[in-house]
Amino acid sequence: MANQSRRDFLKQAALVGTAVTGLSTKSKAAPKNSLSEDRMGVLVDTTVCIGCRKCEWACKTAHNLETPPLESYEDRSVFENRRRPDSKALTVVNEYQKNESEKIPINVKVQCMHCDHPACVSACIVGAFSKQENGSVIWDGDRCIGCRYCMVACPFQVPAFEFEKALKPDIKKCDFCFARTKDGQIPACTEICPVEAITYGRREDLVKAAHEKIKNYPHRYINRVFGESEVGGTSWLYLSSKEFEELEFPKLGKDPAPGVSEAIQHGIFAYFVPPVALYALLGGVMWINKNKKNDQETEI
Amino acid sequence: MEDIKPVPMNKKFFTPIVIGLSLLALNGFLFLLARFVFGIGSVTNLDNQHPWGIWIGLDVAAGVALAAGGFTTAALGHIIHKDEYHAVIRPALLTAALGYTFVAISVMIDLGRPYFIWHPLIMWNGSSVLFEVGICVMIYLTVLYIEFLPIVAERFIGRVNLPGLLKRLNNPLDKFLRILDKGLEKTMFIFIIAGVVLSCLHQSSLGTLMVIAGPKMHPLWQTPILPLLFLLSAISVGFPMVILESLITSRSFGLKPETHILSNLGNMVAPLLGIYLAFKIGDIVIRGTFVYLTTITTASVMFTIELLFGVIIPLRMFLSRQISKSPTGLGIAAFLVIFGVFLNRLNNFLVAYTPPYEVHSYFPSIGEISVTLGFIAFEILLFRIAVMIFPIVSVPTLSAQRTKYTVRGGAK
Repeated sequence: MANQSRRDFLKQAALVGTAVTGLSTKSKAAPKNSLSEDRMGVLVDTTVCIGCRKCEWACKTAHNLETPPLESYEDRSVFENRRRPDSKALTVVNEYQKNESEKIPINVKVQCMHCDHPACVSACIVGAFSKQENGSVIWDGDRCIGCRYCMVACPFQVPAFEFEKALKPDIKKCDFCFARTKDGQIPACTEICPVEAITYGRREDLVKAAHEKIKNYPHRYINRVFGESEVGGTSWLYLSSKEFEELEFPKLGKDPAPGVSEAIQHGIFAYFVPPVALYALLGGVMWINKNKKNDQETEI
Repeated sequence: MEDIKPVPMNKKFFTPIVIGLSLLALNGFLFLLARFVFGIGSVTNLDNQHPWGIWIGLDVAAGVALAAGGFTTAALGHIIHKDEYHAVIRPALLTAALGYTFVAISVMIDLGRPYFIWHPLIMWNGSSVLFEVGICVMIYLTVLYIEFLPIVAERFIGRVNLPGLLKRLNNPLDKFLRILDKGLEKTMFIFIIAGVVLSCLHQSSLGTLMVIAGPKMHPLWQTPILPLLFLLSAISVGFPMVILESLITSRSFGLKPETHILSNLGNMVAPLLGIYLAFKIGDIVIRGTFVYLTTITTASVMFTIELLFGVIIPLRMFLSRQISKSPTGLGIAAFLVIFGVFLNRLNNFLVAYTPPYEVHSYFPSIGEISVTLGFIAFEILLFRIAVMIFPIVSVPTLSAQRTKYTVRGGAK
């Protein structure tokens, strides 16, 4: 290195620079994410839900998950415990009491919210998650490496992992019945619901319908549609007679969940300028210091 | 002037400590086996609310930070060109190479599908922080191995001596090493600069990793300047790692500690820690999160310990002339900085992370702790083996000979 000429140095440094920028040309098969105006959604009216849990059965059946017979879902003792969606149940219904005096139950169906700006899509190291044109956020098992960063990222703590599997563990979450909606069917849970507590439709129309309901029945609902603006909006929307945070909905802001993280990331890697500039700067410092050293040595 | 030159250590390999470390490594290996046979859930306390445990929070996050000695000494010795620090570059390089190797292994065992670890190479997601960290770490690990090659060449040029049938490979192998050494001598600066750039990138991005967790992370730690804090703390822990590891190596092999070089290194730690502390305090003041420190909770206690014992006390110690001149003082101060950064990574990834719908809070299982301890033990053993095979640790010699980037082994 001591006999390295200045020209060689610059030549090689330039070469590395181009090599690095060459890499920046966008990825090969980045997942297609879209935010269509016509994306679908579901409006959940928690004041209508009777907690029959038929949606749980329909979901398991549609996704080939093991399930007890439909009759067994009439057992209401499961409501004694709070449940969360996991790798064996992609949706669950919980029960809450309206207040101390009125013993009216409020049933809340829980599943993936299918965010408009999903944190899992932004976070996934291999782009296994994607936001589809019809609003579904789906997971591609052929890409997933099982790092579970989606679970760290999700503001609703929805994706579940098959911790018990040594080989090919999956990430499990509601896929908005993508396989069914692709063929023009509606999601299994919305199809089976006997009281129309869950309505499938264009998200935009559902938002309007929700506000219409609140306007028409101001005593029935609180004036808020959960999911309209939370983390930038979600495909699933909720109406309630009680503050959502009391029904164990997470307290979230209006900014998309991946927002700050993506801004930082894209700032550090803006067209690879900062890393290349740092490389050039360090190269310059190295070269100057080396020459200084050489000059000193020749003086001696 | 006394000249120092790296040579292979010549000592008995097995000592009581080595045997103890071997047992720890073996114990970890058994739990690791169970993880691969029965799945991650069988040996860890992870669940759907706590997807990441100490294998990521400590083995990976703290592991990367504590391997920062590699790029900080490379920057000091090769880029700022302070020749007097060349004695510490090789041990730091070895620590970094070993450290990152174990980071990669830790990632792999924590992945649900370790056999797909190569997926990020062809399946890109530019908006994913983890993708950037992964790619940077992969490239940097390669760079570290390349930086290590001249040491291998130095050891074996003129000394390639394969037994039996492989004997006829001796000459070609020797020739190959000489060509490699010559080629690397001319191009090494590319890798050295790349190593520093890659380190700056992924050290900071490791901080960005938890930003996406948003409100799931305690406000004392959740801040948009996390990448900057991670980078600054990594830079400040680099030299303390070198100091502590050099002191332990000298002690273990019965050498005189390089107190002069180490205390010079120590003098650089105080300003670096000072900058880190300024940003850390500025951050909680500007965001107003210092109010969380007024009540006693796990978060506030951990935050205080991290800042007081991991930053403020060692900062004061490194400022003291007396302490930075004594090996013991240096050792304690360096240990505290390392402890501070270790705790910071633990806090960021595990203590601060309080997800909604928690059934029970996370505490590592015996299996997780065993694997982590086993890896650390195994790493120390490999370090010991490496310094006994390769010329890494510098000792004073009489012959004044330049050892950096020259072809050795005599003419043929």
